[in-house]
Amino acid sequence: MSATAPLLRVEMLRRHFPVRNVLGVRTGTIKALDDVTFDVRAGETFGIVGESGCGKTTLGKTLAGIHKPNAGRILFEGGDISNLQGAARAAVSQRLQYIHQDPGNALDPRWTIGRSLDEPLATHTSLSRADRAARSREILAAVGLPAEHLYLYPHELSGGQQRRVGLARILTLKPRLVILDEPTSGLDVSIQATVLKLLQSLQKAFDLTYLFISHDLSVVHLMCDRVAVMYLGQIVEIAPVAELFAAARHPYSRSLLAAIPRIGGRRVTDTFALEGEPPDAGNLPSGCRFRSRCPHAAPICSEHEPQLEPKTGAHKTACHLADSLGPATA
Amino acid sequence: MTAEPLLEVSELRLSFRTELGPARVLDAVNLTVGRGQIMGLVGESGCGKTTLARAVLGILSPNARIEGGTIRFDGLDLIGMDRERQRREIKGRRIAYVPQDPYSAFNPLFRVGDQIMELMKWNSPRRAKSEPGFGALLTPYPRRRYRADKAAAIAVLGEVQIPDPERAFHKLPEQFSGGQRQRLMVAMALLTNPDLIIADEPTTALDVTIQAQILKLMKGLAKHRGVSVLLTTHDLGTAYEICDEITVMYAGQEVESAPVAEFFANPRHPYTARLLESLPNPSRQMREIGGEIPNLVFPPDGCRFHPRCASASDACCRTRPPASGTRQVVRCFHPHPSRLEAAT
Repeated sequence: MSATAPLLRVEMLRRHFPVRNVLGVRTGTIKALDDVTFDVRAGETFGIVGESGCGKTTLGKTLAGIHKPNAGRILFEGGDISNLQGAARAAVSQRLQYIHQDPGNALDPRWTIGRSLDEPLATHTSLSRADRAARSREILAAVGLPAEHLYLYPHELSGGQQRRVGLARILTLKPRLVILDEPTSGLDVSIQATVLKLLQSLQKAFDLTYLFISHDLSVVHLMCDRVAVMYLGQIVEIAPVAELFAAARHPYSRSLLAAIPRIGGRRVTDTFALEGEPPDAGNLPSGCRFRSRCPHAAPICSEHEPQLEPKTGAHKTACHLADSLGPATA
Repeated sequence: MTAEPLLEVSELRLSFRTELGPARVLDAVNLTVGRGQIMGLVGESGCGKTTLARAVLGILSPNARIEGGTIRFDGLDLIGMDRERQRREIKGRRIAYVPQDPYSAFNPLFRVGDQIMELMKWNSPRRAKSEPGFGALLTPYPRRRYRADKAAAIAVLGEVQIPDPERAFHKLPEQFSGGQRQRLMVAMALLTNPDLIIADEPTTALDVTIQAQILKLMKGLAKHRGVSVLLTTHDLGTAYEICDEITVMYAGQEVESAPVAEFFANPRHPYTARLLESLPNPSRQMREIGGEIPNLVFPPDGCRFHPRCASASDACCRTRPPASGTRQVVRCFHPHPSRLEAAT
């Protein structure tokens, strides 16, 4: 760990959703986030990966203040933001922004691009009209669009340009931390390449820290410095990206890595062995949540929930058997 | 393969009527699927791959118009064929369909078994030609055939690894997860003993670990039963996993068709090469293609990729390049050299 305090520190964060039957009687709980703990350092890209239903979007939304946590703390720039309300929270959201899957879609079709870019500045800052206009132009140029686009409406731009405007809109406030929720899911590879390159260049230009939520491991490999793997509401492994891809320790991380098709390599359909599907999130197995699918499960796995423990420096794994599994077969 | 291919689409032209004029979505497209072959039809969204698959199935929307070309399936001309005969003999029987979204493909109000048996009532391979057709809606399901069909259906559910197929028959769709539902869809496609399965992005809605399971299952079943598969996908990784051959489309034109190993190792068309370079790969520089996909109401003349192509010449802007090569077919005036053609 470096001496400087992390930009974002999440401690034992918990978000449970009640399950109710038709009469409104509570019948169970979905543990979307269960005691999640991690740090994000300034300037890095921290990846969160996992399959649908693992809680990665709930995590992003809880950090952005869209959901309130049931327990735990979120320390951003040293202060606890988990229970802030009203104006205090609004001040934080200037510095901590959340980007939806398709930021272009969030533009108001009846507003010109200029007005859309001006709105966050008018809400959050006390800049004069002229200063705001100058800032809008500067940001628009940074995302690679000409200044004339300020006077156009969203439907006059292509989908890719709308996406750029959506990103620009978030950057006008000069945030420090940007939460990107599946920024490239559903995009074709050629457009995905454009978006990823844009995100990389914006990160350099504006000194941004990214929390990059994705289900696509190859994109995460390319973009992130450190990665947390989530399974059913918990982080099962945190590691620097190169280490995770070379030597994952948790059996779930290994299965996830083994499932990505690698063009030119061995075919996953010839080698892939993971059976079964994730259990119902409202009815989890005791002990380790992965044990019902884990090929290595031992008696201890059903008795105790494994904790996220550091083995070698920055590499943490939540598995009782991680030491006895041997090296990953790449 | 010396025998006639199972499916041969040649010079197919198709347009959709729009407010601005006809959108020329397929521009003289060629596609061949051999017997027992898994053919991947890849391309970005809007390139016409799904339209081509639907044209083969005969389920185009009303504003589509076929303007020329032929679709031959096992010696039959599907375009000139009588609609009624196509519906009775081909669609859903000899050509089956696996949809993209297993969540919306089932009716949520009916038990899975009832939905499977509804299909079997009309399309079972055991159904005699003399039985009345759709017109007779009150026709009972002959008891003896029902029993045989149900036994066959349960056997196929076992083949796609649905646990406890007898009980699965009486469950509602909501009691199955996405991966299980896609397995059910694959089972339903296999039930009529088709010669060709058209799978339209069958794993796009699924997680990677489930995707790997489904692809493994589809590949195993297709090879085991000798069924041909036409798989459309925008994911090159999926295509690499299960296809024998790959055809790439760009803006309504097929640009390259090659065996899978050759396709990824040595792409010949500039578009294919750039597409592969835009895949995220930490071990080399990612390159974007630049430019945007053309509007198909006003498509560029000649090769539709020429406005974005670095090696485009005058000829590319005027005429569509002819197909060249025998094993790795490419439609380009300036293709990258082929290793395959040089060797033969």
